[in-house]
Amino acid sequence: MAGPERAAGRIGRAVGPVLIVVWTAVPLLWLLSLSLKGGDHINDGRFWPAAPTLHNYRTVFRTDLFTSALRNSIGISLIATALSVTLATLAAYAIARLDFPGKKLILSVALAIAMFPTISLVGPLFDIWRSVGLYDTWPGLVIPYLSFTLPLSIWTLAAFFREIPWEMEQAAQVDGATPWQAFRKVIVPLAAPGVFTAAILTFFFAWNDFVFGISLTSTGRARTVPAALAFFTGASQFEQPTAAIAAAAVVVTIPVVAIVLVFQRRIVAGLTSGAVKG
Amino acid sequence: MTTATAPRATSAPARVGVGERALAERRLGWMLCGPALAVMVGVTAYPLARAVWLSLYSYRITDPAGRHFVGLRNYGVVLTDHLWWSDVLTTVVITVVTVAVELVVGFAFASVMQRTLVGRRFIRTSILVPYGIITVVSAFAWRYAFALDTGFVNHVFGLGHFAWFGHRGSALFVIILAEIWKTTPFMSLLLLAGLAQVPRELLEAAEVDGATKAQRLFRVTLPNMRAAIMVALLFRTLDAYRIFDTVFVTTNGANGTETVSFLAYRQTITRTALGLGSAVSVLLFASVVLIAVVFVKGFGVDLARARGER
Repeated sequence: MAGPERAAGRIGRAVGPVLIVVWTAVPLLWLLSLSLKGGDHINDGRFWPAAPTLHNYRTVFRTDLFTSALRNSIGISLIATALSVTLATLAAYAIARLDFPGKKLILSVALAIAMFPTISLVGPLFDIWRSVGLYDTWPGLVIPYLSFTLPLSIWTLAAFFREIPWEMEQAAQVDGATPWQAFRKVIVPLAAPGVFTAAILTFFFAWNDFVFGISLTSTGRARTVPAALAFFTGASQFEQPTAAIAAAAVVVTIPVVAIVLVFQRRIVAGLTSGAVKG
Repeated sequence: MTTATAPRATSAPARVGVGERALAERRLGWMLCGPALAVMVGVTAYPLARAVWLSLYSYRITDPAGRHFVGLRNYGVVLTDHLWWSDVLTTVVITVVTVAVELVVGFAFASVMQRTLVGRRFIRTSILVPYGIITVVSAFAWRYAFALDTGFVNHVFGLGHFAWFGHRGSALFVIILAEIWKTTPFMSLLLLAGLAQVPRELLEAAEVDGATKAQRLFRVTLPNMRAAIMVALLFRTLDAYRIFDTVFVTTNGANGTETVSFLAYRQTITRTALGLGSAVSVLLFASVVLIAVVFVKGFGVDLARARGER
């Protein structure tokens, strides 16, 4: 091969990763730096804070709107994740392992819902939730999160379950286990990594949701962090909310970065599993 | 599914048992899938049907008594309004530019990830962070970066007091940039999985035969990952077309940056005009279906095969 091409390739190999890291880091560092800027420096137009202060973080944690939203976000996301993954595990097991009519239908329904524009449902749901008393409650958000995370969970888990060695379950059944016992005692431990992946993706969805958060809640009872951020107006009407919002944004990004750091392999497997298997 | 079908080949006397077994399997199958299916369909089908029904009425929540049937008039109102078409244009521009740029950037990311041996973990982590981050948070980061008062962009690039959000073009530029930053990771991971499917022997053979880098890319790599590319494009196109969060946070739909989703939200929730808003929602849903049909029928995206289901 030609020498110059090799050299170009080697430079590309070194520069590429650096560019990627810079590209992802700049907005995050900017947010962090903004959150550390004191009142006088917020409009100084500089990337780095001149005199870093934790003042904004103290403000944010003293703001009821944020602390209640944080509580709501954590609670609702965890409940939605637990329920969604449980239902998806049952369904995906049936799809991967059992023979019954309607299997294709379920997968098609799941796929159709994955493509659904959520905003189309917001009007009717707003109306229905208000009449059945689910408006501005935790279940009022948990239920839509379930239906919109189930498709991805079912697809991911079905793909994982297909890779599990069949013989072990058969062996259990030969030894006298019922299909249910075979499922619980043999498949569940083997499937745990897949279930975990589905749980992470589901949690991200619920943690990230904005459309339902602003449409189906109105107070601190159920309003989640993304929705609260958008309506955050600052500690007093004379104070700019910018730095406080930046601090709140950093706080809710920490769990995301932690999850990504620890479970990156699982997330990649989940996003790509079944996505392109020929 | 081999285990499930194998016992069926047994002789006649055993057939009764097999039949019972198959029935039990069927029952268990539906029992296990039932709850998930019920939740998925219950929260989508019924509200969607209700949206269709509401779209035929003139109905404001603030005036429930004044609700009356108007037939297709709401659709007439929407489709003859300049605002609707302006919003459609905005949405299409955002979708096309975002997805096109993401395809190129995402492919570059995927190639880097595939080739990098040192610090692979670190790169994968930094690519995944935008994927996991809350869209509203990312939108705030970009908004504050370009804002006249708090921003650093004008300062760093010496642009004086350019009001990024004061003009349609520049506001859309920031919105698209924020979207690309947030969603390229998803695209690049799907493409990385596609890259892994390209047979190495083919690439080596092409190199031996003297094919240039560009030839290897366009004649070997890309054709062999067509399925992955199409699936990634379909999912990202549908996703980009639904854009809402970023617009809400950056411009709140001002200066011609309103998208179709934003219009639906504004009509139903802000103005509480459920009738008219539902018509917008139904039209939004119909356009998403249209995009999916064009991809599946027009470009022959085999979703079942591509998603691992044979």
